[in-house]
Amino acid sequence: MSASEPLLRVEDLRVEFRTEDGVVHAVDGISYQVQRGRTLGIVGESGSGKTVASLATLGLTRSQGAEISGRILFEGRDLVTLSEQELRRIRGNEIAMVFQDPLSSLHPLYRVGAQLIEAVRAHRGVSKAKARERAVELLGLVGIPDPTRRVEDYPHEFSGGMRQRAMIAMALANDPRLLIADEPTTALDVTVQAQILALLERLQRELEMAIVIITHDLGVVAEMADDIAVMYAGRIVETASAELVFSAPEHPYTWGLLKSIPTLLGPREENLVPIPGTPPSLIHPPSGCHFHPRCPYAQPDHARIDPQLEPVPGEPTHHVACLLEPDVRRRLWVELRAGRMPEEALAEAGLGGAPS
Amino acid sequence: MSARAGEEQGSPLGEKGPSPLSPSGSELRSPLGEERAWKPSSPGAGDGEPLVQVRGLVKHFPITRGIVFQRKVGAVRAVDGVSFEVQRGETLGIVGEAGCGKSTTARLIVRLLDATAGEVRFDGQDITRLKWARLKAVRREMHMIFQDPYSSLNPRKTIGSIIGEPFAIHGLEQGKGERKRAVQALMETVGLNREHYNRYPHEFSGGQRQRIGVARALALKPKLLIADEPVSALDVSIQAQVLNLLRDMQRRFGLTLVFIAHDLSVVRHMCDRVAVMYLGKIVEIGPGDALYDFPRHPYTGALLSAVPVADPSACKRERALLSGDVPSPANPPQACRFHTRCPKAQGLCSAQEPLLEDKGTGTRAACHFPLTREEVAQIGVRSAR
Repeated sequence: MSASEPLLRVEDLRVEFRTEDGVVHAVDGISYQVQRGRTLGIVGESGSGKTVASLATLGLTRSQGAEISGRILFEGRDLVTLSEQELRRIRGNEIAMVFQDPLSSLHPLYRVGAQLIEAVRAHRGVSKAKARERAVELLGLVGIPDPTRRVEDYPHEFSGGMRQRAMIAMALANDPRLLIADEPTTALDVTVQAQILALLERLQRELEMAIVIITHDLGVVAEMADDIAVMYAGRIVETASAELVFSAPEHPYTWGLLKSIPTLLGPREENLVPIPGTPPSLIHPPSGCHFHPRCPYAQPDHARIDPQLEPVPGEPTHHVACLLEPDVRRRLWVELRAGRMPEEALAEAGLGGAPS
Repeated sequence: MSARAGEEQGSPLGEKGPSPLSPSGSELRSPLGEERAWKPSSPGAGDGEPLVQVRGLVKHFPITRGIVFQRKVGAVRAVDGVSFEVQRGETLGIVGEAGCGKSTTARLIVRLLDATAGEVRFDGQDITRLKWARLKAVRREMHMIFQDPYSSLNPRKTIGSIIGEPFAIHGLEQGKGERKRAVQALMETVGLNREHYNRYPHEFSGGQRQRIGVARALALKPKLLIADEPVSALDVSIQAQVLNLLRDMQRRFGLTLVFIAHDLSVVRHMCDRVAVMYLGKIVEIGPGDALYDFPRHPYTGALLSAVPVADPSACKRERALLSGDVPSPANPPQACRFHTRCPKAQGLCSAQEPLLEDKGTGTRAACHFPLTREEVAQIGVRSAR
């Protein structure tokens, strides 16, 4: 990590919702940092808490009765302690967000231009005419052809890709230093997804923003992120540079994700190795390591001990929350990468058969 | 809720541990009947004849104006002249972006939609004009698996009656105990716990629901399965479970599979042959290996180039970015439909429609100026040679 203070530092963030069925531990003590101008990818499946974690950053879970603890330091200010009014000055201004579904995030009855103008004027005391100029400029910036005309369109006149561009334009309205993009391309086709990802990369270079991109798609994070945090059941289980997560992953859940996706490379006949079972309930998460019921390598005591996110020996920037010994993990991954099934890997790595 | 939570952790559905699909022939054979009907070659049909032959298939959805007097003012050309064959026992993948007509094609094959023109031959018989009674007999031989495991199962019915419904429709396994046994055997075949016979869909997770869909599709021992985006609603870790299940079932029962998806990696993994659709037309079709190794149509190339690869070291490459969006199928471009977005388009492309022709590298492509090796390498399409 560089010596300078990171743009965003999240420390032991917890978000809980009280429901009729019990307390949902949506985010269960996560810590991460985002450096200026860098991209952090948060990967996880649905229900892993990745979206809630980022909504909490902007205080967007407050109205739902969430209980938030921990610290969210943005340029030194703790966002958790700020009042709603103070947060509102930051939201959409210094930190902006792009959501998954551009159709439901844009108001259908207002022209795209009017919504952009609103975003500009919410934070800047400029005239309507000035704000309108800025709206046209923004649409041009995100690559919408003929922006002076399209600024008059309604959202339904835009295609899916253009709507997402408009959402990005809106997020950029006030030159944010941090852009949080929650599954920004999930609703889009591959060719449009490629356009949007390229757009985000270009904008990041030009505007020197930091980006937090939240996605379930390992391909998207591999293309976009400098650093990656893998979330499972409300916790970060592994975090490292993108290169390390893909070349030398340490957590069995990360292995599971990597081995369960078919790729365009690699041998076609290789069988996919699914992660057994289903993601756990966040009301009654499993004891000990949350992943142990689905982990092929779990030992009996893993159901009791809570793993902490700790540095991998020899790799100070690579953190993992796993109870297996580092050299065991390393041996297992070598076997898995060679195409062995988890049980075979266990045997090959000298751990005997699968523990019951 | 509590029942669900228990399932997720304890996983009594048998998704953990050794494959629940380990063949247990005896159970399978008795309630499901003899396995001969599963075999790819069926009596009466020549072995070399494809199971499905699609010729010049067209589906136009009318666009109407007016409420009382509806005038037809145009048509969405969802499928506009598509021809292909599906060989017995193979998996044909159909890929394309939203609105390219891949789902409509699937629905036309099982005749959930009536074709505007063209024919679909199933086992040698044209089914596009069959009367209802005859069609019902053919429908036993084909079944569909849908994308959304949430909306494709009736929430008011138990799993037992959902999976047993094909039996009810076709008057099979009439005895109550008989049907229950058959359904439970199916449930075990797809890796569901037979004890969950009386549960409702909401008690199951997405992956398990998709297993229910597969069990229902297998009930009548079809020859043909059509899977329309069967995994796109599922989480990554669950996706692999369902893909492995489909592959397993196909090998075990010699099924013919039409696999529709927008995810090119998934299609590559699953399919022997692949058809790429764009605006209601097939632009390229051929064996998966050839198509992924050396795409000839610029659209295929662009699709492959656009797929994000889960390997940061492979990322530093030139992506072939297509400009703009897919044009409206109500008013598709003249001649080659891709010419408005094609980086290689020339005058000829907007004047004369290219035919689907053998390009000498294994695939047939509808393009006047197919991609060359150099161009393919340039746009960063790399696959295992």
